[in-house]
Amino acid sequence: MINRIIANQTVRNSLTLTHRNLLKTLHNPDNVSDVVVQPIIFTLLFGYLFGGVIAGSVHAYLPMLVSGILVQSILNAASGSGQQLREDINHGIFDRFKTLPIAPIAPLAGQLFGDSLRLLLSGAMALLTAALMGWRPTVNCGAVMLALLLAVFIGWSTSWIFALVGLLVKNAELISSLSMIIILILTFLSNAFIPVKTLPPFLQTIVHINPVTTTITAIRAILNTGHWNGTATMVLISGGLIIMLFMPLTVVVYQQRD
Amino acid sequence: MGSDNVIVVQAIQKEFGTKKVVRAVSLTVHKGEIFALLGPNGAGKTTLLKMMTTLLRPDAGSITLNGFNTVTQSRQARHQFSVTNQAAAIDQDLSARENLRLFGRLNGLSAKASRFRADELLTDFDLSQSADQTLATFSGGMRRRLDLAVSLVGRPQILFLDEPTTGLDPRTRTQMWHATQKLVNSGSTVFLTTQYLEEADQYANRIALIDHGALIASGTPNDLKKQVGGQQLQITIANPQQVVQAQKICAAVLEQTVQLNGQTIVGPLKGIDGPPVTELLTRLQLAGISISKLQLAPPSLDDVFLKMTVGKN
Repeated sequence: MINRIIANQTVRNSLTLTHRNLLKTLHNPDNVSDVVVQPIIFTLLFGYLFGGVIAGSVHAYLPMLVSGILVQSILNAASGSGQQLREDINHGIFDRFKTLPIAPIAPLAGQLFGDSLRLLLSGAMALLTAALMGWRPTVNCGAVMLALLLAVFIGWSTSWIFALVGLLVKNAELISSLSMIIILILTFLSNAFIPVKTLPPFLQTIVHINPVTTTITAIRAILNTGHWNGTATMVLISGGLIIMLFMPLTVVVYQQRD
Repeated sequence: MGSDNVIVVQAIQKEFGTKKVVRAVSLTVHKGEIFALLGPNGAGKTTLLKMMTTLLRPDAGSITLNGFNTVTQSRQARHQFSVTNQAAAIDQDLSARENLRLFGRLNGLSAKASRFRADELLTDFDLSQSADQTLATFSGGMRRRLDLAVSLVGRPQILFLDEPTTGLDPRTRTQMWHATQKLVNSGSTVFLTTQYLEEADQYANRIALIDHGALIASGTPNDLKKQVGGQQLQITIANPQQVVQAQKICAAVLEQTVQLNGQTIVGPLKGIDGPPVTELLTRLQLAGISISKLQLAPPSLDDVFLKMTVGKN
């Protein structure tokens, strides 16, 4: 009974704070401009610069590029959660949240649920830009949606890692540059933009153990075959494990009062 | 009466590293009081407040709010109060109305009730005109007003204010005090920190003085003034040649050494009542000394502050 009341309150508080997050985005659309612009620029840049070299033509490169950009933009959007959380904390509004009789997870959940809009937006922009450049998926619409949703899910689970970083690192700009470097390394040392076969053996090893490679492989397979596959299941489970580990950890760190 | 003690702080300590920021502070605040915590910069006021509002955990000692322990019963304790910190803790990207509704919802009000309460507070705090603008257009005073309004959304039984009037113009300051007084009149209790002595003097029922993390005095403003000493008698002698003689008479009547400041003799009076003053005046008249000015000055809280605190700087 008491558990039920607490669960109800947690959901209600989280929804109220998700609403706050969406209102903020609505009043300040600038906040999502980065996640909209980045996939466009990267798709155009990589497609036209490297398409010829890597795949013979832009058109032949796009089926490979689109899944790479999709995951890269989603990760980039996810990293924004940590930064926004830190900015809110530095503004002092979290001190007020902390003194309210609300569920401790609600301010964090509100931020991250609200940020799923950013994830969806950046993923959709990646697909849309590729489509405008001439990418035509050979699979049905449902499979494309499935690939997008899997990317958003993995983005949402990693946003909990970024949220934890946001709580631990006190400087918002540091968080931003730190996440940029990490994402850059993780995506470039993966199969996002290049055929792995062309790499020297030691780099191939690194690429194969990089979780971003696994994620891209899963999404690329869905986009190419239209079917859910074993790698996708593995990615889904990993995402779930990340959430199960980092969500409580983030809440514990958030509640630390010293 | 024990039940009247809304806030009970018992021997709390806080160290940051090896630095003792709060040392064994104990105090109680009664229902319906305005209680001011006074102290120089770096005295530990904000740290104390953070512990009282569950934001920091004390190293030792305990704090209860309406009987709820801030550490072991933090959830219930948080139901008892609301806090306005030095930095305005409101959402910059939302409008005033949206801020009030948001915090109404988070305080457990229904959507309808929080809409109603938001309108009520917007009127109370003179913010109806700009209710739907984002806070970017708000002046510092408007932000502080909204910040306080947000604190009042849930009609808190205890309101904590950290330097509520610092940096405000006199009009906004008066407005803040009116709002605070209104809350107290409706049965709430206010605990605030301030550096403005005259404000504490004017509005607070009781004052605690803190310096280097330790409580050095507490009581009503009058109690504190009495601790520093009674009133001061200042007599200016008309004829410079009679000053030394007058000084002797004063010292004899007041039974203490008195100071000479030009032609003005300054001496402390033991009581606030003035039997020695009449005696002194009679003696001076008998000696043929005429005075050009006579003044009785009560000690100000400034005297209390300066006499009892050392401060960081």
